[in-house]
Amino acid sequence: MDWGLALAGGLLIGLAAAGLMLTYGRVAGVSGLVRNALAGKMEAVAFVIGLPLGALLVQVLTGGGAPVSFASAPRLALAGLLVGVGAGLANGCTSGHSVCGIARLSPRSLVATILFIAVGAVMVTLVGVPA
Amino acid sequence: MSRVLVFLLIGVVFGAGLALSGMTDPAKVVGFLDFFGHWDPRLTATMGGAVAMAFVGQWLLRHRGRTLTGAEMPAFPPSRIDPRLLAGATLFGAGWGLAGLCPAPALAVSVQYPVALLFVAGFIAGLLGVARLGAKNG
Repeated sequence: MDWGLALAGGLLIGLAAAGLMLTYGRVAGVSGLVRNALAGKMEAVAFVIGLPLGALLVQVLTGGGAPVSFASAPRLALAGLLVGVGAGLANGCTSGHSVCGIARLSPRSLVATILFIAVGAVMVTLVGVPA
Repeated sequence: MSRVLVFLLIGVVFGAGLALSGMTDPAKVVGFLDFFGHWDPRLTATMGGAVAMAFVGQWLLRHRGRTLTGAEMPAFPPSRIDPRLLAGATLFGAGWGLAGLCPAPALAVSVQYPVALLFVAGFIAGLLGVARLGAKNG
């Protein structure tokens, strides 16, 4: 059930990463693609527009999901800032490092992923569930 | 098919995967990161599936030596583990745990839940801020 969806979703994410690699030899790193989109590269803009379209498609096909709740506005903005500075310094985020980087056995990406998860876990323990 | 259309299609598949897996629900991500509380291991299947598929893509590319569009295999820069990477990954993890969001899922849910755009705005500010500082120092 839920395990199956988690796996199926992961396979689709990996398929997208493999697709970008096989067609154009590009790493499906979302922070890099966002940067290119902001610089006006149309292909990157198209990718970024595709993300919500894919999520909407799933929502329509599955008859809408359970309501999702988010952290408070200041907490969302601060979290985004931390993630942005972090992805800028680390040159990649969960997609670039944790999917594409690990898939090509990059030690750098493995270290980044371990830190993403370890520090994320510490943060959740320290500050609790977002509200 | 044009390059822009291929990128759009790949974005749609990526976004669908994020929504299907539950990565777009901050509560599920926080549950996955909650090792010291009520750990929800299900997103390990998401990461495992994604890495496995991406690995197959890498393997096929290496096997072919060229991309499907005939381009040379990309050369990746040497894998360097430096203080910049460690600091960046630490800040990233802190933000990820703080809101249960990372960039791709935040963008993916931004139409249904525009509040996620606050995260996206912070992300873009941070990303561009680092790029600007880097350009000044580099």
